[in-house]
Amino acid sequence: MSATPLKLAQEAIETKGWFGAHRFLILRRLSQLTVLLSFLVGPWFGWWLVKGNLNYSLTLGTVPLADPLVLLQSLLTGHVPERNAIIGVAMVTGFYMLVGGRVFCSWVCPVNMVTDAASALRRRLDIRGGADLPRETRYWILALVLLLAVTTGGIVWELVNPVSMLPRGLMFGMGAGWLLIGGIFLFDTFVMKRGWCSYLCPVGAFYSLLGRFSLVRVKAGKRDACNDCLDCFVVCPEQQVIKLPLKGAKKGASPVILSGNCTNCGRCIDVCSKDVFSFSSRFSSGTGQPGDKVLPPH
Amino acid sequence: MNLSAQRRQFIFDSAKMACGVGALGLGLGLFARQAKALPAGAVRPPGAGAEGDFQAACIRCGLCVRDCPYDILKLATPEQHVATGTPFFVARVKPCEMCEDIPCVKACPTGALDHQLIDIKKAKMGLAVLVDHETCLNFLGLRCDVCYRVCPVIDKAITLDLQHNERTAKHTMFLPTVHSDACTGCGKCEASCVLEVAAIKVYPIKLAKGELGAHYQLGWEEKRKAGQSLVESRDLVDLPDRLPEGVKLPGHWDPGSSAVPGGLPATSIPLPDESPR
Repeated sequence: MSATPLKLAQEAIETKGWFGAHRFLILRRLSQLTVLLSFLVGPWFGWWLVKGNLNYSLTLGTVPLADPLVLLQSLLTGHVPERNAIIGVAMVTGFYMLVGGRVFCSWVCPVNMVTDAASALRRRLDIRGGADLPRETRYWILALVLLLAVTTGGIVWELVNPVSMLPRGLMFGMGAGWLLIGGIFLFDTFVMKRGWCSYLCPVGAFYSLLGRFSLVRVKAGKRDACNDCLDCFVVCPEQQVIKLPLKGAKKGASPVILSGNCTNCGRCIDVCSKDVFSFSSRFSSGTGQPGDKVLPPH
Repeated sequence: MNLSAQRRQFIFDSAKMACGVGALGLGLGLFARQAKALPAGAVRPPGAGAEGDFQAACIRCGLCVRDCPYDILKLATPEQHVATGTPFFVARVKPCEMCEDIPCVKACPTGALDHQLIDIKKAKMGLAVLVDHETCLNFLGLRCDVCYRVCPVIDKAITLDLQHNERTAKHTMFLPTVHSDACTGCGKCEASCVLEVAAIKVYPIKLAKGELGAHYQLGWEEKRKAGQSLVESRDLVDLPDRLPEGVKLPGHWDPGSSAVPGGLPATSIPLPDESPR
Protein backbone atom coordinates (compact mmCIF):
# COMPACT_ATOMS: atom_id res chain seq x y z
CA MET A 1 0.00 0.00 0.00
CA SER A 2 1.32 3.43 -0.83
CA ALA A 3 2.03 5.96 1.90
CA THR A 4 -0.80 8.22 0.76
CA PRO A 5 -3.76 5.98 -0.05
CA LEU A 6 -5.94 7.12 -2.89
CA LYS A 7 -9.18 8.84 -2.03
CA LEU A 8 -12.26 6.67 -2.48
CA ALA A 9 -13.26 6.46 -6.15
CA GLN A 10 -10.44 8.79 -7.19
CA GLU A 11 -9.65 6.68 -10.23
CA ALA A 12 -13.28 6.53 -11.19
CA ILE A 13 -13.63 10.31 -10.85
CA GLU A 14 -10.54 10.77 -13.03
CA THR A 15 -11.82 8.49 -15.78
CA LYS A 16 -15.59 9.11 -15.63
CA GLY A 17 -15.81 12.58 -14.10
CA TRP A 18 -17.41 13.43 -10.74
CA PHE A 19 -20.97 12.93 -11.94
CA GLY A 20 -20.08 9.66 -13.62
CA ALA A 21 -18.59 8.38 -10.40
CA HIS A 22 -21.60 9.46 -8.32
CA ARG A 23 -24.41 8.72 -10.76
CA PHE A 24 -26.32 6.16 -8.72
CA LEU A 25 -25.60 7.91 -5.45
CA ILE A 26 -27.24 11.05 -6.82
CA LEU A 27 -30.14 9.08 -8.28
CA ARG A 28 -30.67 7.30 -4.97
CA ARG A 29 -30.68 10.53 -3.00
CA LEU A 30 -33.13 11.99 -5.51
CA SER A 31 -35.31 8.91 -5.12
CA GLN A 32 -35.22 9.02 -1.32
CA LEU A 33 -35.93 12.76 -1.22
CA THR A 34 -38.69 12.49 -3.83
CA VAL A 35 -40.44 9.88 -1.74
CA LEU A 36 -40.19 12.06 1.37
CA LEU A 37 -41.21 15.23 -0.46
CA SER A 38 -44.23 13.63 -2.09
CA PHE A 39 -45.52 13.00 1.43
CA LEU A 40 -44.42 16.39 2.76
CA VAL A 41 -45.94 18.72 0.14
CA GLY A 42 -49.31 17.78 1.64
CA PRO A 43 -48.75 19.10 5.14
CA TRP A 44 -46.47 21.90 3.87
CA PHE A 45 -48.44 23.32 0.96
CA GLY A 46 -51.74 21.47 1.00
CA TRP A 47 -50.89 19.50 -2.18
CA TRP A 48 -52.06 16.04 -1.17
CA LEU A 49 -50.17 13.81 -3.61
CA VAL A 50 -49.60 11.08 -1.06
CA LYS A 51 -51.18 10.70 2.34
CA GLY A 52 -49.89 8.56 5.18
CA ASN A 53 -46.33 7.39 5.65
CA LEU A 54 -44.08 4.49 4.67
CA ASN A 55 -46.14 2.01 6.69
CA TYR A 56 -49.16 2.67 4.54
CA SER A 57 -49.92 5.38 2.03
CA LEU A 58 -52.66 6.40 -0.34
CA THR A 59 -51.46 8.09 -3.54
CA LEU A 60 -53.83 10.58 -5.20
CA GLY A 61 -56.62 9.18 -3.08
CA THR A 62 -56.63 5.88 -4.96
CA VAL A 63 -53.41 3.83 -5.00
CA PRO A 64 -52.74 2.05 -1.67
CA LEU A 65 -49.21 0.94 -0.75
CA ALA A 66 -48.50 -0.92 2.47
CA ASP A 67 -45.41 -2.20 4.23
CA PRO A 68 -45.55 -6.00 4.22
CA LEU A 69 -43.59 -6.46 7.45
CA VAL A 70 -45.97 -4.30 9.51
CA LEU A 71 -48.98 -6.04 7.99
CA LEU A 72 -47.41 -9.44 8.63
CA GLN A 73 -46.98 -8.54 12.29
CA SER A 74 -50.57 -7.35 12.47
CA LEU A 75 -51.70 -10.61 10.87
CA LEU A 76 -49.67 -12.58 13.41
CA THR A 77 -51.54 -10.87 16.24
CA GLY A 78 -54.70 -12.33 14.75
CA HIS A 79 -56.11 -9.19 13.12
CA VAL A 80 -57.35 -9.45 9.53
CA PRO A 81 -56.99 -6.09 7.77
CA GLU A 82 -59.45 -4.35 5.44
CA ARG A 83 -59.19 -4.61 1.65
CA ASN A 84 -57.07 -1.51 0.99
CA ALA A 85 -54.26 -2.71 3.22
CA ILE A 86 -54.22 -6.08 1.47
CA ILE A 87 -54.08 -4.50 -2.00
CA GLY A 88 -51.29 -2.22 -0.77
CA VAL A 89 -49.22 -5.12 0.52
CA ALA A 90 -49.67 -7.05 -2.72
CA MET A 91 -48.43 -4.08 -4.77
CA VAL A 92 -45.38 -3.43 -2.60
CA THR A 93 -44.47 -7.10 -2.28
CA GLY A 94 -44.73 -7.63 -6.03
CA PHE A 95 -42.60 -4.57 -6.76
CA TYR A 96 -39.75 -5.52 -4.44
CA MET A 97 -39.80 -9.16 -5.48
CA LEU A 98 -39.11 -7.87 -8.97
CA VAL A 99 -36.54 -5.11 -8.43
CA GLY A 100 -34.81 -6.49 -5.31
CA GLY A 101 -36.11 -6.35 -1.77
CA ARG A 102 -33.37 -4.21 -0.37
CA VAL A 103 -34.00 -1.61 -3.03
CA PHE A 104 -36.25 -0.32 -0.26
CA CYS A 105 -33.17 0.16 1.91
CA SER A 106 -31.02 1.99 -0.61
CA TRP A 107 -33.56 3.86 -2.72
CA VAL A 108 -36.43 4.63 -0.33
CA CYS A 109 -35.56 4.30 3.38
CA PRO A 110 -34.51 7.68 4.83
CA VAL A 111 -32.48 6.00 7.58
CA ASN A 112 -30.10 5.01 4.78
CA MET A 113 -29.17 8.68 4.40
CA VAL A 114 -28.32 8.79 8.10
CA THR A 115 -26.21 5.64 8.06
CA ASP A 116 -24.52 6.56 4.76
CA ALA A 117 -23.57 9.86 6.36
CA ALA A 118 -22.20 8.00 9.38
CA SER A 119 -20.25 5.71 7.07
CA ALA A 120 -18.81 8.68 5.18
CA LEU A 121 -17.83 10.40 8.43
CA ARG A 122 -16.20 7.17 9.60
CA ARG A 123 -14.12 7.07 6.43
CA ARG A 124 -13.28 10.78 6.73
CA LEU A 125 -12.16 10.44 10.34
CA ASP A 126 -10.43 7.16 9.51
CA ILE A 127 -12.15 5.30 12.35
CA ARG A 128 -11.30 1.63 12.23
CA GLY A 129 -12.36 -1.43 14.13
CA GLY A 130 -15.11 -1.40 16.72
CA ALA A 131 -17.81 -3.87 17.61
CA ASP A 132 -18.40 -6.93 15.49
CA LEU A 133 -21.41 -9.20 15.14
CA PRO A 134 -22.43 -11.92 12.74
CA ARG A 135 -24.42 -10.54 9.82
CA GLU A 136 -27.10 -13.09 10.65
CA THR A 137 -27.99 -11.08 13.78
CA ARG A 138 -30.64 -9.22 11.81
CA TYR A 139 -32.47 -12.44 10.97
CA TRP A 140 -32.56 -13.38 14.63
CA ILE A 141 -33.98 -9.97 15.42
CA LEU A 142 -36.51 -10.37 12.61
CA ALA A 143 -37.59 -13.70 14.10
CA LEU A 144 -37.88 -12.00 17.48
CA VAL A 145 -40.01 -9.20 16.04
CA LEU A 146 -42.42 -11.72 14.54
CA LEU A 147 -42.42 -13.82 17.69
CA LEU A 148 -43.24 -10.78 19.83
CA ALA A 149 -46.25 -10.03 17.63
CA VAL A 150 -47.54 -13.55 18.29
CA THR A 151 -46.82 -13.64 22.01
CA THR A 152 -47.89 -10.11 22.99
CA GLY A 153 -50.72 -9.72 20.49
CA GLY A 154 -49.48 -6.27 19.48
CA ILE A 155 -47.24 -4.75 16.82
CA VAL A 156 -44.38 -4.37 19.28
CA TRP A 157 -41.59 -3.51 16.84
CA GLU A 158 -43.41 -0.36 15.74
CA LEU A 159 -42.96 1.07 19.23
CA VAL A 160 -39.24 1.47 18.56
CA ASN A 161 -38.71 0.90 14.82
CA PRO A 162 -36.45 3.74 13.59
CA VAL A 163 -37.15 2.85 9.96
CA SER A 164 -40.77 3.94 10.31
CA MET A 165 -40.11 6.46 13.07
CA LEU A 166 -37.93 8.73 10.93
CA PRO A 167 -40.30 9.17 7.96
CA ARG A 168 -43.36 9.28 10.22
CA GLY A 169 -41.62 11.83 12.41
CA LEU A 170 -40.74 14.04 9.44
CA MET A 171 -44.34 13.91 8.24
CA PHE A 172 -46.25 14.01 11.55
CA GLY A 173 -43.83 15.28 14.20
CA MET A 174 -40.65 13.71 15.47
CA GLY A 175 -40.67 14.33 19.23
CA ALA A 176 -37.93 12.39 20.96
CA GLY A 177 -37.52 10.24 17.85
CA TRP A 178 -34.46 12.35 17.00
CA LEU A 179 -32.66 10.76 19.94
CA LEU A 180 -33.07 7.32 18.41
CA ILE A 181 -32.01 8.46 14.94
CA GLY A 182 -29.08 10.36 16.44
CA GLY A 183 -28.20 7.23 18.40
CA ILE A 184 -28.07 5.19 15.20
CA PHE A 185 -25.83 7.80 13.57
CA LEU A 186 -23.41 7.76 16.51
CA PHE A 187 -23.52 3.97 16.74
CA ASP A 188 -22.67 3.57 13.06
CA THR A 189 -19.96 6.22 13.26
CA PHE A 190 -18.13 5.29 16.43
CA VAL A 191 -19.22 1.84 17.54
CA MET A 192 -19.84 -0.38 14.55
CA LYS A 193 -19.19 0.07 10.87
CA ARG A 194 -22.52 -0.10 8.99
CA GLY A 195 -23.88 -1.52 12.24
CA TRP A 196 -27.55 -0.69 11.86
CA CYS A 197 -28.35 -1.41 8.21
CA SER A 198 -26.02 -4.35 7.64
CA TYR A 199 -26.16 -6.23 10.94
CA LEU A 200 -29.16 -5.29 13.07
CA CYS A 201 -32.11 -3.90 11.12
CA PRO A 202 -34.89 -6.53 10.90
CA VAL A 203 -36.75 -4.48 8.29
CA GLY A 204 -33.79 -4.81 5.93
CA ALA A 205 -33.54 -8.49 6.81
CA PHE A 206 -37.19 -8.94 5.87
CA TYR A 207 -36.71 -7.14 2.56
CA SER A 208 -33.62 -9.22 1.79
CA LEU A 209 -35.81 -12.33 2.01
CA LEU A 210 -38.47 -10.68 -0.12
CA GLY A 211 -35.89 -9.95 -2.84
CA ARG A 212 -34.24 -13.35 -2.62
CA PHE A 213 -35.21 -14.21 -6.20
CA SER A 214 -35.56 -10.73 -7.65
CA LEU A 215 -35.08 -10.08 -11.34
CA VAL A 216 -32.93 -6.94 -11.17
CA ARG A 217 -29.38 -7.65 -9.98
CA VAL A 218 -25.94 -6.11 -10.17
CA LYS A 219 -23.48 -8.09 -12.25
CA ALA A 220 -19.68 -8.05 -12.34
CA GLY A 221 -19.88 -8.59 -16.10
CA LYS A 222 -16.39 -7.30 -16.89
CA ARG A 223 -14.70 -8.87 -13.90
CA ASP A 224 -11.63 -9.67 -16.00
CA ALA A 225 -10.95 -5.92 -16.15
CA CYS A 226 -10.81 -5.64 -12.33
CA ASN A 227 -7.57 -3.95 -11.21
CA ASP A 228 -7.98 -4.86 -7.53
CA CYS A 229 -8.35 -1.26 -6.37
CA LEU A 230 -10.84 -2.41 -3.68
CA ASP A 231 -13.02 0.70 -4.05
CA CYS A 232 -16.14 -1.43 -4.47
CA PHE A 233 -15.38 -3.31 -1.25
CA VAL A 234 -14.81 -0.09 0.64
CA VAL A 235 -18.02 1.53 -0.54
CA CYS A 236 -20.30 -1.52 -0.40
CA PRO A 237 -22.50 -1.80 2.71
CA GLU A 238 -22.66 -5.59 2.24
CA GLN A 239 -19.11 -6.39 1.10
CA GLN A 240 -19.59 -10.14 1.49
CA VAL A 241 -21.95 -10.25 -1.49
CA ILE A 242 -19.35 -8.99 -3.98
CA LYS A 243 -16.49 -11.36 -3.34
CA LEU A 244 -17.61 -14.49 -5.14
CA PRO A 245 -19.19 -12.92 -8.23
CA LEU A 246 -16.14 -10.65 -8.69
CA LYS A 247 -13.32 -13.01 -7.81
CA GLY A 248 -14.88 -16.44 -8.31
CA ALA A 249 -14.24 -16.80 -12.04
CA LYS A 250 -11.82 -19.67 -11.47
CA LYS A 251 -14.37 -21.47 -9.31
CA GLY A 252 -16.94 -21.00 -12.04
CA ALA A 253 -19.09 -18.64 -9.96
CA SER A 254 -21.70 -16.55 -11.70
CA PRO A 255 -20.77 -12.88 -12.10
CA VAL A 256 -24.29 -11.91 -11.03
CA ILE A 257 -24.58 -10.77 -7.40
CA LEU A 258 -27.43 -13.03 -6.38
CA SER A 259 -27.48 -12.45 -2.63
CA GLY A 260 -30.70 -10.95 -1.36
CA ASN A 261 -28.58 -8.68 0.83
CA CYS A 262 -27.19 -6.73 -2.13
CA THR A 263 -29.20 -3.51 -1.86
CA ASN A 264 -28.91 -2.71 -5.58
CA CYS A 265 -27.56 0.68 -4.55
CA GLY A 266 -25.23 0.80 -7.53
CA ARG A 267 -22.33 2.41 -5.67
CA CYS A 268 -19.97 -0.32 -6.89
CA ILE A 269 -20.94 0.64 -10.44
CA ASP A 270 -20.17 4.28 -9.60
CA VAL A 271 -16.77 3.87 -8.01
CA CYS A 272 -15.31 1.36 -10.49
CA SER A 273 -13.00 3.04 -12.96
CA LYS A 274 -13.03 -0.09 -15.14
CA ASP A 275 -16.83 -0.35 -15.37
CA VAL A 276 -16.74 -3.91 -14.11
CA PHE A 277 -20.27 -3.71 -12.68
CA SER A 278 -23.60 -2.99 -14.27
CA PHE A 279 -27.30 -3.55 -13.57
CA SER A 280 -28.64 -6.64 -15.28
CA SER A 281 -31.14 -9.43 -14.89
CA ARG A 282 -30.44 -12.38 -12.63
CA PHE A 283 -30.66 -14.67 -15.65
CA SER A 284 -27.96 -12.88 -17.66
CA SER A 285 -25.37 -15.07 -16.06
CA GLY A 286 -22.44 -15.11 -18.47
CA THR A 287 -19.59 -12.63 -18.64
CA GLY A 288 -20.12 -12.38 -22.35
CA GLN A 289 -17.12 -14.54 -23.07
CA PRO A 290 -17.36 -17.95 -24.70
CA GLY A 291 -16.77 -21.00 -22.56
CA ASP A 292 -17.98 -19.31 -19.40
CA LYS A 293 -18.94 -21.87 -16.84
CA VAL A 294 -21.77 -20.80 -14.57
CA LEU A 295 -22.90 -22.18 -11.22
CA PRO A 296 -26.61 -22.30 -10.53
CA PRO A 297 -27.87 -19.49 -8.31
CA HIS A 298 -27.03 -20.12 -4.67
CA MET B 1 -11.30 -27.96 12.81
CA ASN B 2 -12.86 -31.38 13.11
CA LEU B 3 -16.58 -31.99 12.92
CA SER B 4 -17.26 -32.10 16.63
CA ALA B 5 -15.33 -28.88 17.22
CA GLN B 6 -17.33 -27.28 14.43
CA ARG B 7 -20.54 -28.51 15.93
CA ARG B 8 -19.46 -27.21 19.31
CA GLN B 9 -18.69 -23.82 17.84
CA PHE B 10 -22.04 -23.73 16.07
CA ILE B 11 -23.94 -24.56 19.25
CA PHE B 12 -22.10 -21.92 21.26
CA ASP B 13 -22.54 -19.28 18.57
CA SER B 14 -26.25 -20.03 18.40
CA ALA B 15 -26.56 -19.94 22.18
CA LYS B 16 -24.77 -16.60 22.29
CA MET B 17 -27.08 -15.17 19.66
CA ALA B 18 -30.21 -16.59 21.27
CA CYS B 19 -29.25 -15.11 24.64
CA GLY B 20 -28.45 -11.67 23.22
CA VAL B 21 -31.58 -11.46 21.11
CA GLY B 22 -33.62 -13.00 23.93
CA ALA B 23 -32.50 -10.21 26.26
CA LEU B 24 -33.54 -7.67 23.63
CA GLY B 25 -36.89 -9.44 23.34
CA LEU B 26 -37.41 -9.35 27.08
CA GLY B 27 -36.81 -5.60 27.12
CA LEU B 28 -39.11 -5.01 24.16
CA GLY B 29 -41.79 -7.27 25.60
CA LEU B 30 -41.80 -5.47 28.94
CA PHE B 31 -41.87 -2.12 27.15
CA ALA B 32 -44.80 -3.35 25.07
CA ARG B 33 -46.72 -4.26 28.22
CA GLN B 34 -46.23 -0.72 29.52
CA ALA B 35 -47.29 0.74 26.20
CA LYS B 36 -50.53 -1.23 26.25
CA ALA B 37 -51.90 0.93 29.05
CA LEU B 38 -53.50 3.95 27.44
CA PRO B 39 -53.14 6.93 29.79
CA ALA B 40 -56.44 8.34 31.03
CA GLY B 41 -55.86 11.70 29.34
CA ALA B 42 -55.57 10.23 25.83
CA VAL B 43 -58.66 9.37 23.80
CA ARG B 44 -58.66 7.09 20.71
CA PRO B 45 -60.52 8.09 17.54
CA PRO B 46 -64.06 6.77 17.01
CA GLY B 47 -64.35 3.08 16.13
CA ALA B 48 -61.22 2.00 18.03
CA GLY B 49 -61.85 -1.16 20.01
CA ALA B 50 -60.20 -2.29 23.22
CA GLU B 51 -56.66 -0.95 23.54
CA GLY B 52 -54.97 -4.31 23.00
CA ASP B 53 -56.99 -5.02 19.84
CA PHE B 54 -56.35 -1.53 18.59
CA GLN B 55 -52.58 -1.89 18.95
CA ALA B 56 -52.74 -5.17 17.07
CA ALA B 57 -54.64 -3.66 14.16
CA CYS B 58 -53.27 -0.11 13.86
CA ILE B 59 -50.32 0.10 11.44
CA ARG B 60 -49.45 3.66 12.45
CA CYS B 61 -49.98 5.18 9.00
CA GLY B 62 -51.68 8.37 10.14
CA LEU B 63 -54.38 8.44 7.45
CA CYS B 64 -57.00 9.13 10.15
CA VAL B 65 -54.91 12.10 11.24
CA ARG B 66 -54.74 13.39 7.67
CA ASP B 67 -58.45 13.00 7.01
CA CYS B 68 -59.60 14.63 10.25
CA PRO B 69 -60.99 17.96 8.98
CA TYR B 70 -60.45 19.68 12.33
CA ASP B 71 -56.85 18.56 12.81
CA ILE B 72 -57.68 17.03 16.16
CA LEU B 73 -55.86 13.71 15.98
CA LYS B 74 -52.12 13.39 16.55
CA LEU B 75 -49.71 10.47 16.17
CA ALA B 76 -47.88 9.66 19.38
CA THR B 77 -44.15 10.37 19.44
CA PRO B 78 -41.79 8.09 21.37
CA GLU B 79 -41.63 10.19 24.55
CA GLN B 80 -45.42 10.23 24.96
CA HIS B 81 -47.17 7.61 27.07
CA VAL B 82 -49.25 6.46 24.12
CA ALA B 83 -47.96 3.63 21.87
CA THR B 84 -45.55 5.23 19.36
CA GLY B 85 -47.16 6.21 16.06
CA THR B 86 -50.76 5.53 17.10
CA PRO B 87 -53.46 8.22 16.82
CA PHE B 88 -55.08 9.90 19.81
CA PHE B 89 -56.49 13.21 20.97
CA VAL B 90 -56.60 15.05 24.25
CA ALA B 91 -60.16 16.13 24.97
CA ARG B 92 -59.21 19.15 27.06
CA VAL B 93 -57.03 20.47 24.22
CA LYS B 94 -59.28 19.74 21.24
CA PRO B 95 -62.31 17.47 21.45
CA CYS B 96 -63.78 15.36 18.65
CA GLU B 97 -66.26 17.30 16.50
CA MET B 98 -68.23 14.14 15.69
CA CYS B 99 -68.40 14.52 11.88
CA GLU B 100 -71.46 12.75 10.52
CA ASP B 101 -69.51 11.02 7.73
CA ILE B 102 -66.71 9.94 10.16
CA PRO B 103 -63.79 10.50 7.72
CA CYS B 104 -61.17 9.17 10.14
CA VAL B 105 -62.83 5.77 10.27
CA LYS B 106 -63.27 5.67 6.50
CA ALA B 107 -59.57 6.44 6.01
CA CYS B 108 -58.37 3.55 8.17
CA PRO B 109 -56.91 0.85 5.89
CA THR B 110 -56.84 -1.97 8.41
CA GLY B 111 -60.11 -1.67 10.30
CA ALA B 112 -58.31 -0.66 13.50
CA LEU B 113 -61.06 1.95 13.42
CA ASP B 114 -64.09 -0.27 12.88
CA HIS B 115 -65.74 0.36 9.50
CA GLN B 116 -69.01 -0.98 10.95
CA LEU B 117 -69.35 2.32 12.78
CA ILE B 118 -71.51 4.45 10.47
CA ASP B 119 -73.47 6.46 13.03
CA ILE B 120 -71.15 8.75 14.98
CA LYS B 121 -73.71 8.92 17.80
CA LYS B 122 -72.93 5.24 18.43
CA ALA B 123 -69.21 5.95 18.91
CA LYS B 124 -67.66 4.97 22.23
CA MET B 125 -64.38 6.87 22.36
CA GLY B 126 -64.58 7.04 26.12
CA LEU B 127 -67.05 8.04 28.80
CA ALA B 128 -67.47 11.43 30.40
CA VAL B 129 -67.38 11.33 34.18
CA LEU B 130 -68.16 14.21 36.49
CA VAL B 131 -65.19 13.38 38.65
CA ASP B 132 -65.17 16.30 41.05
CA HIS B 133 -68.39 17.14 42.87
CA GLU B 134 -66.52 19.57 45.11
CA THR B 135 -65.59 22.04 42.38
CA CYS B 136 -68.32 21.57 39.78
CA LEU B 137 -70.19 24.88 39.83
CA ASN B 138 -73.58 23.21 39.47
CA PHE B 139 -72.82 21.09 42.52
CA LEU B 140 -72.03 24.31 44.35
CA GLY B 141 -75.56 25.40 43.60
CA LEU B 142 -74.73 27.73 40.68
CA ARG B 143 -76.11 27.49 37.17
CA CYS B 144 -73.07 26.91 34.97
CA ASP B 145 -74.59 24.17 32.78
CA VAL B 146 -71.82 24.57 30.16
CA CYS B 147 -71.04 20.85 29.83
CA TYR B 148 -74.74 20.14 29.44
CA ARG B 149 -75.20 22.88 26.82
CA VAL B 150 -72.22 21.90 24.62
CA CYS B 151 -72.98 18.19 24.63
CA PRO B 152 -73.71 17.08 21.02
CA VAL B 153 -76.13 14.51 22.44
CA ILE B 154 -77.79 17.02 24.79
CA ASP B 155 -80.50 15.67 27.12
CA LYS B 156 -79.47 12.12 26.33
CA ALA B 157 -75.77 11.88 27.20
CA ILE B 158 -75.91 14.60 29.84
CA THR B 159 -79.08 15.54 31.71
CA LEU B 160 -79.55 17.96 34.57
CA ASP B 161 -80.97 16.11 37.52
CA LEU B 162 -82.71 18.19 40.15
CA GLN B 163 -81.85 18.01 43.80
CA HIS B 164 -82.83 20.09 46.78
CA ASN B 165 -80.11 22.50 47.86
CA GLU B 166 -79.61 21.79 51.57
CA ARG B 167 -77.27 24.74 52.00
CA THR B 168 -79.72 27.48 50.97
CA ALA B 169 -82.72 25.29 51.83
CA LYS B 170 -84.83 27.04 49.21
CA HIS B 171 -83.03 26.43 45.88
CA THR B 172 -82.58 23.53 43.52
CA MET B 173 -79.25 22.15 42.32
CA PHE B 174 -79.08 21.14 38.65
CA LEU B 175 -76.63 18.26 38.66
CA PRO B 176 -75.05 17.29 35.32
CA THR B 177 -75.52 13.55 35.04
CA VAL B 178 -73.82 11.48 32.33
CA HIS B 179 -75.65 8.53 30.78
CA SER B 180 -73.25 5.95 29.41
CA ASP B 181 -75.66 4.56 26.81
CA ALA B 182 -75.69 7.88 24.94
CA CYS B 183 -72.25 9.40 25.72
CA THR B 184 -69.82 9.08 22.76
CA GLY B 185 -66.76 10.26 24.68
CA CYS B 186 -66.21 13.17 22.27
CA GLY B 187 -64.84 15.31 25.10
CA LYS B 188 -66.73 18.53 24.35
CA CYS B 189 -67.81 18.71 28.00
CA GLU B 190 -64.25 18.32 29.29
CA ALA B 191 -62.93 20.85 26.77
CA SER B 192 -65.51 23.47 27.72
CA CYS B 193 -65.60 23.05 31.50
CA VAL B 194 -65.02 26.57 32.79
CA LEU B 195 -62.83 25.54 35.73
CA GLU B 196 -59.02 25.80 35.74
CA VAL B 197 -58.96 22.02 35.78
CA ALA B 198 -62.04 20.35 34.36
CA ALA B 199 -64.44 18.77 36.86
CA ILE B 200 -65.85 16.57 34.09
CA LYS B 201 -63.39 14.37 32.21
CA VAL B 202 -63.47 11.74 29.51
CA TYR B 203 -61.98 8.44 30.63
CA PRO B 204 -61.50 5.15 28.79
CA ILE B 205 -64.72 3.19 29.31
CA LYS B 206 -62.80 0.46 31.08
CA LEU B 207 -61.80 2.95 33.77
CA ALA B 208 -65.06 4.84 33.94
CA LYS B 209 -67.69 2.15 34.01
CA GLY B 210 -68.76 -0.21 36.77
CA GLU B 211 -70.39 -3.55 36.10
CA LEU B 212 -73.21 -5.29 37.96
CA GLY B 213 -72.83 -8.96 38.84
CA ALA B 214 -74.35 -11.10 36.09
CA HIS B 215 -76.82 -12.58 38.57
CA TYR B 216 -78.07 -9.22 39.88
CA GLN B 217 -81.74 -8.49 39.31
CA LEU B 218 -83.33 -5.11 39.87
CA GLY B 219 -86.63 -5.72 41.68
CA TRP B 220 -88.43 -2.80 40.06
CA GLU B 221 -87.27 -3.84 36.57
CA GLU B 222 -88.44 -7.40 37.16
CA LYS B 223 -91.73 -6.09 38.50
CA ARG B 224 -92.22 -3.95 35.39
CA LYS B 225 -91.40 -6.88 33.10
CA ALA B 226 -93.68 -9.27 34.95
CA GLY B 227 -96.44 -6.69 35.27
CA GLN B 228 -96.66 -7.38 38.98
CA SER B 229 -94.48 -7.79 42.00
CA LEU B 230 -92.59 -11.09 42.01
CA VAL B 231 -92.83 -11.17 45.77
CA GLU B 232 -96.45 -11.41 46.71
CA SER B 233 -96.19 -13.39 49.90
CA ARG B 234 -96.81 -11.38 53.03
CA ASP B 235 -95.13 -14.02 55.16
CA LEU B 236 -91.66 -12.61 54.56
CA VAL B 237 -89.05 -11.67 57.07
CA ASP B 238 -88.86 -7.89 57.33
CA LEU B 239 -85.35 -6.85 58.33
CA PRO B 240 -84.87 -3.77 60.48
CA ASP B 241 -84.26 -0.57 58.50
CA ARG B 242 -80.69 0.63 58.75
CA LEU B 243 -80.39 4.28 59.66
CA PRO B 244 -77.18 6.15 60.49
CA GLU B 245 -76.39 6.34 64.19
CA GLY B 246 -78.66 8.73 66.07
CA VAL B 247 -80.86 9.61 63.09
CA LYS B 248 -84.59 9.67 63.68
CA LEU B 249 -87.01 10.21 60.86
CA PRO B 250 -90.25 11.78 61.98
CA GLY B 251 -93.20 9.57 61.14
CA HIS B 252 -90.98 6.66 60.14
CA TRP B 253 -92.46 3.28 60.97
CA ASP B 254 -90.26 0.24 60.82
CA PRO B 255 -92.09 -3.00 61.53
CA GLY B 256 -88.81 -4.95 61.20
CA SER B 257 -87.25 -3.41 64.27
CA SER B 258 -90.32 -2.33 66.21
CA ALA B 259 -91.72 -5.86 66.39
CA VAL B 260 -88.67 -7.46 67.98
CA PRO B 261 -86.39 -4.71 69.23
CA GLY B 262 -82.66 -5.31 68.87
CA GLY B 263 -82.79 -8.43 66.74
CA LEU B 264 -84.28 -10.45 63.96
CA PRO B 265 -87.80 -11.72 64.42
CA ALA B 266 -87.84 -15.39 65.35
CA THR B 267 -90.92 -16.04 63.30
CA SER B 268 -92.47 -14.29 60.39
CA ILE B 269 -94.64 -11.37 61.28
CA PRO B 270 -97.88 -10.51 59.56
CA LEU B 271 -97.71 -7.00 58.10
CA PRO B 272 -100.46 -4.46 58.07
CA ASP B 273 -101.98 -4.29 54.62
CA GLU B 274 -101.15 -0.63 53.93
CA SER B 275 -97.56 -0.69 55.15
CA PRO B 276 -94.93 0.83 52.84
CA ARG B 277 -92.61 -1.80 51.34
